Amino acid sequence: MISRATAPWLLAGPALLLFVGVVLIPIAMTVLLSFHRWGQFTGIEPVFILDNWKEVFADPYFAEMFLRTFRIAVAVTLISALIGTPEAYVLHRMKSPWKGICLLIVLGPLLISVVARTLGWALLFGGETAIVNQALLRLGVISEPLRFMFTETGVIIALTHVLVPFMVLSVWAALQRIDPRVDDAAVSLGASRATVLGRIVLPQAVPGILGGAIIVFALAASAFATPAIIGGRRLKVASTLAYDEFLNTLNWPLGAVVAVLLLAALALVIIGANRIVERRFAQVFE
Amino acid sequence: MRRNGWLALAFNALFLAFILAPILVVCFVAFTPEGFLSFPTHTWSLRWFRAIANYPEFIDAFFASIWLGLLSSAIAVSLSVPAALAIARYRFPGREPITALFLSPLMIPHVVLGIAFLRFFTTIGIGGTFTGLVISHIVVVLPFALRLVLASAAGMDRSIENAAISLGASSGTVFRRVTLPLIMPGVASGWALAFIQSFDEVTMTVFIAAPGTTTLPVRMFLYIQDNIDPLVTSVSACVIGLTVAFLVLLDRLYGIERLLAGRAAQGEET
Repeated sequence: MISRATAPWLLAGPALLLFVGVVLIPIAMTVLLSFHRWGQFTGIEPVFILDNWKEVFADPYFAEMFLRTFRIAVAVTLISALIGTPEAYVLHRMKSPWKGICLLIVLGPLLISVVARTLGWALLFGGETAIVNQALLRLGVISEPLRFMFTETGVIIALTHVLVPFMVLSVWAALQRIDPRVDDAAVSLGASRATVLGRIVLPQAVPGILGGAIIVFALAASAFATPAIIGGRRLKVASTLAYDEFLNTLNWPLGAVVAVLLLAALALVIIGANRIVERRFAQVFE
Repeated sequence: MRRNGWLALAFNALFLAFILAPILVVCFVAFTPEGFLSFPTHTWSLRWFRAIANYPEFIDAFFASIWLGLLSSAIAVSLSVPAALAIARYRFPGREPITALFLSPLMIPHVVLGIAFLRFFTTIGIGGTFTGLVISHIVVVLPFALRLVLASAAGMDRSIENAAISLGASSGTVFRRVTLPLIMPGVASGWALAFIQSFDEVTMTVFIAAPGTTTLPVRMFLYIQDNIDPLVTSVSACVIGLTVAFLVLLDRLYGIERLLAGRAAQGEET
């Protein structure tokens, strides 16, 4: 008979070995790689220098690119919260079968290839099939076509489309915990619809909104395929820059610096935000 | 208070249109009879679907993706089941950090994972091989499988197992005849979600796939980077069609919101 102390280690052992060997070690190697020297003709030299880090911090090109990544991620998070929260509320109050159908339409795209979805936006934004501009022109909203391809606006719209289902899912899950009788009680005590929304529904949805915001922000800041297709080579973000350094310029140490910085910045944001959310809303999570 | 007003319904319609627009556009343009990107205004044509047959690189990549998905999700699930049982049933030192480690690929940017794997695989000499792809995909899809198996295992009634043991069943029999059937909903849905995550993965795979062993999303991505033509829209339309069919099936079997939220079939456990 296996003892209770060793049993969990035997059970979790295989997965643990894999994750230590194939997650922790490679990431440690990447951190180490960021300190190696790289030369056009010499390749990677396994020495310990700070040159790559100094270059990234000194060159305004990298600062601008990280700032753009941050700006896009913040915009996508805000827009997702603004349109995802009301959508989750509408879904929450729907009745079956419509509820099931609408949930499937909203959440289903999460499982559809992000390349295919982004291709859709590339078609909507440019060329013969640019319906977005045609519609805006016909409605008289704009007088000449807007540029979406290779712009931040285009990347933000497409990324919001890719990530907003996570926000809906998170808020929807939070709303599921609300006792519907609290709504009814407020109404029976004479509260207006606006009061019920503002004083009862929204406060209880806030943890869901914040939880969703953390997920959307993290995924937007590290998104690759969508900014690469819509932003093209002209509009670089952190992940597409790292890709270029690794597979085009072949300056792996510099690419490793960008990757490690992205990982560290995201870890700080996620852990910090989680702390705040947990402390501020501890009572809601009980 | 329980009914949506017309304003809410109008918002819902707009939201659904926003979600569906890019997906439907791809499917429409794929049926164009023209040689360039346009909507099929006069007639529908399957010429761009037939054209896929002349591009074996897409077909090879499709089968590579299917194999990769089947292999990596099967291995990820077989690692997840014992790991989930350990996490759900035992309080051991290191339980929380280990769980966090298993779920970490959900939060580590896939670009970083791709770079780490590229560096690691080239160092140990399996760069650009199918083995490398399988190993990396196991790591990336395991958290999805683990969450669902864990939800099932945590919500399981242990008294049935105890009954089996008291009736003299061996631990192997208990696992095969009692535990596994009880957590089967989590295992099956975990496997399905892991498979689809592997099938869709592009960001990490683009770093480690070699020209000979590439997956369909990576092939599509590299093609789109060069130019966008009706061929890649018809390939994408096929991918969308297949995924939607799989999705509707999954929704019938398990419920999409439960699948994605990682919640137990029993509901309130997690």
